[in-house]
Amino acid sequence: MGLTAQSTGIHAFLEELSHSPLKADAVVALAGNPNTGKSTVFNGLTGLNQHTGNWPGKTVVLAKGNYRHKNKNITLVDLPGTYSLLANSADEQVARDFICFGDPDATVVVADATCLERNLNLVLQVIEITPKTILCVNLVDEAKRKRIAVDCPGLERSLGIPVIPTAARDKVGLTELKEAIHKVAFGLQSNQPKRIIYNERLEAAIGRIQGEVERLFQGKFNSRWVALRLLDGDPSIIHEMRNYLENGPGSKQNKIDGRGSGML
Amino acid sequence: MAAIEFELTQLPIGRMAEVVKVGLAGLTRNRLLDLGLVPSTIVEAIRKSPAGDPVAYKIRGAVIALRSEESRHITVRLVN
Amino acid sequence: MNNLEIDFDRLLQKAETERRQLGAVRDEVVQELYREAQRIAGKVVKKQGNKRDLDRTIDNIVTSKIFGYPLMLALLSFIFWLTISGANLPSALLADLLFGFQHRLTAFFQWVGAPGWLHGVLVLGLYRGLAWVVSVMLPPMAIFFPLFTFLEDLGYLPRVAFNLDHLFKKAGAHGKQILTMCMGFGCNAAGIIACRIIESPRERLIAILTNNFVPCNGRFPTMITMAAVFLGILAKDYNSFAASALVAGVVVLGVLVTLAVSWALSKTLLKGVPSTFTLELPPYRIPKIGPLLIRSVLDRTLFVLMRAVVVAAPAGAITWILANLRVGDLSILAHLAGWLQGFGHAIGLDGFIVLAFILGLPANEIVIPILIMSYLAQGMIMELDSIDALRELLVKNGWTWLTVLNMMLFSLLHFPCATTLLTIGKETQSPKWTVLAALIPTGIGVMVCFGITQIVRALGLV
Repeated sequence: MGLTAQSTGIHAFLEELSHSPLKADAVVALAGNPNTGKSTVFNGLTGLNQHTGNWPGKTVVLAKGNYRHKNKNITLVDLPGTYSLLANSADEQVARDFICFGDPDATVVVADATCLERNLNLVLQVIEITPKTILCVNLVDEAKRKRIAVDCPGLERSLGIPVIPTAARDKVGLTELKEAIHKVAFGLQSNQPKRIIYNERLEAAIGRIQGEVERLFQGKFNSRWVALRLLDGDPSIIHEMRNYLENGPGSKQNKIDGRGSGML
Repeated sequence: MAAIEFELTQLPIGRMAEVVKVGLAGLTRNRLLDLGLVPSTIVEAIRKSPAGDPVAYKIRGAVIALRSEESRHITVRLVN
Repeated sequence: MNNLEIDFDRLLQKAETERRQLGAVRDEVVQELYREAQRIAGKVVKKQGNKRDLDRTIDNIVTSKIFGYPLMLALLSFIFWLTISGANLPSALLADLLFGFQHRLTAFFQWVGAPGWLHGVLVLGLYRGLAWVVSVMLPPMAIFFPLFTFLEDLGYLPRVAFNLDHLFKKAGAHGKQILTMCMGFGCNAAGIIACRIIESPRERLIAILTNNFVPCNGRFPTMITMAAVFLGILAKDYNSFAASALVAGVVVLGVLVTLAVSWALSKTLLKGVPSTFTLELPPYRIPKIGPLLIRSVLDRTLFVLMRAVVVAAPAGAITWILANLRVGDLSILAHLAGWLQGFGHAIGLDGFIVLAFILGLPANEIVIPILIMSYLAQGMIMELDSIDALRELLVKNGWTWLTVLNMMLFSLLHFPCATTLLTIGKETQSPKWTVLAALIPTGIGVMVCFGITQIVRALGLV
């Protein structure tokens, strides 16, 4: 039908990102469920320093913006709002591809404090891909009104990643969020995220595949996560991995920002 | 105490049920799973749209509207 | 193939074998993720009693059998009413200011002794086109966009989709098509990009091909102006309530045409059954007004206005040249309009109107300015600073209420602007669908206008 994969692919975007006039010290991805106030967080962090190629508003294409914190230029990439990263839709695929193959220095997941359980599903998926994740529990003001309290330190212990409560509408917690991003993106803090343990049969199968993945991609990707996706038979991930192998390390497509952060 | 199992479409407004099984296959099924429609999830029928379909359900904290084409493939049993 | 790729294929085979033995991996994965999420949330989330849910009460009304549809219509009309009546005064002020400045420009051109044609192209063409576009478009947009963004941020739009979904299901289309149509109100090109939220290629294409039936902000000024002229001719009285009802009526017609065309497409060129539809009804959230204003004015209003300005300036200049360069004893514009006269007359318009739509291909905003310029170049020099003056001009050029009606209908039902067509081309990667996206609405527009015109003329109503 000719509806192109390019319109959903991230490569053109990565290409464009690498030609950004403002050289970024770190690229940070912003993920989250729809309706969690993700756009408000994005706007709150970047102010008017946004460059959206297309119609601004609800994110249907990737928007990016910049901010400065502690003398560093941070480029924030606003991913489409998704419930999941299992690539059941184009949006999910874009978000997943960016987190996995776009090699961001950190990924922030925005969650809705009034409906945390649902949002944790996505958080758990992101930390399966990358430990460089920060959870932003947004809308704490609304949660308070609804008499819902979220124990953020407890959540931090459960997830093994920094958790920052925010009320982005009133710019509450954004400085703390910037600080947490700074620490994770520049390696001042390393996370030990919670690992989901699946049933024995699946775990055994992961074990049998994981080593091979590790050897092939030399630790570039999270081998456990890749093994899991291969066992799930996800065709889009197979396509992306093959693309990576064919284009080889350091290919233009696989690089962002000219910081030499090629795939190998 | 084996409760009777039925299609989600038959769940009366205001009642809650527990997901037993999600039928269908492929992408549609995966999308429903992603919304949290996995076995043991509690679903509450909240409201019908003016024409009766779609119906909005509360699923793990969010209100999500489903067309009967999808919800009829979800098997549930009543809870109190 | 290098060694790595051979190894990768071996790995895939191995994974595939494992996968077949494992069975439902996806089920286990999703179930475990949600189980873990539930476990963690159970530990860290404390709920103190359940406060009465205001959202449910609101939704009881907003999506109710009785109030659901009337409320949507009322809200739509209310927004148009606010836009139309609110824009009146600032539009008049802006027009005074900008057309007042035109005299100074003219004086300046005379003072430096610039040739008449230069003054014509730059002041009477370029500047006047710009002045019209700015004074007519800016005020309604500056009111409409914030109102619309408010509804969007409030969470009302998903309720509209919820209410209307069954109609779209019957038409073989996707429920989210409504959301893309809402974007189309702002700008059809944006609406077409928004169609990416529809996963199924079939339904996405239906949404792309029909998005143009939602009048965009470039066409609202035309419709609002025409609604006012229409009432002026019929009732000799301008009433912003009636005008907004008329515009709302046109929008409803656009929705009906969208449904009809979606249905026809899904029964012919794009056969198939509707795919999965899930729609979240998020909690209502009162947006912060400050940031909302900044965003909707900066991002949307100025974005659309700038695009219109960029197109209007050269179009104004070109139109002036066409209207003033003579071949024989008629201007080029008049020649072109003459060729189109027969066709224009048959569909209840005239040659100049059809020409204005064609010349307005770059942007719908400039259709009326082009039209005015072509009529003005026919000899009368007048100040067009009010709806009454415009009505007089149009009536002098043979317009009746039927012409105005057809003008509104054809504005709703004709080819998309160039930006939108380019966007359709980009999104579908198919010249065939792009051409169809122009042919379908134009065909319908011609048929509708022709039908109405012939009936009205046969009945001797004009």
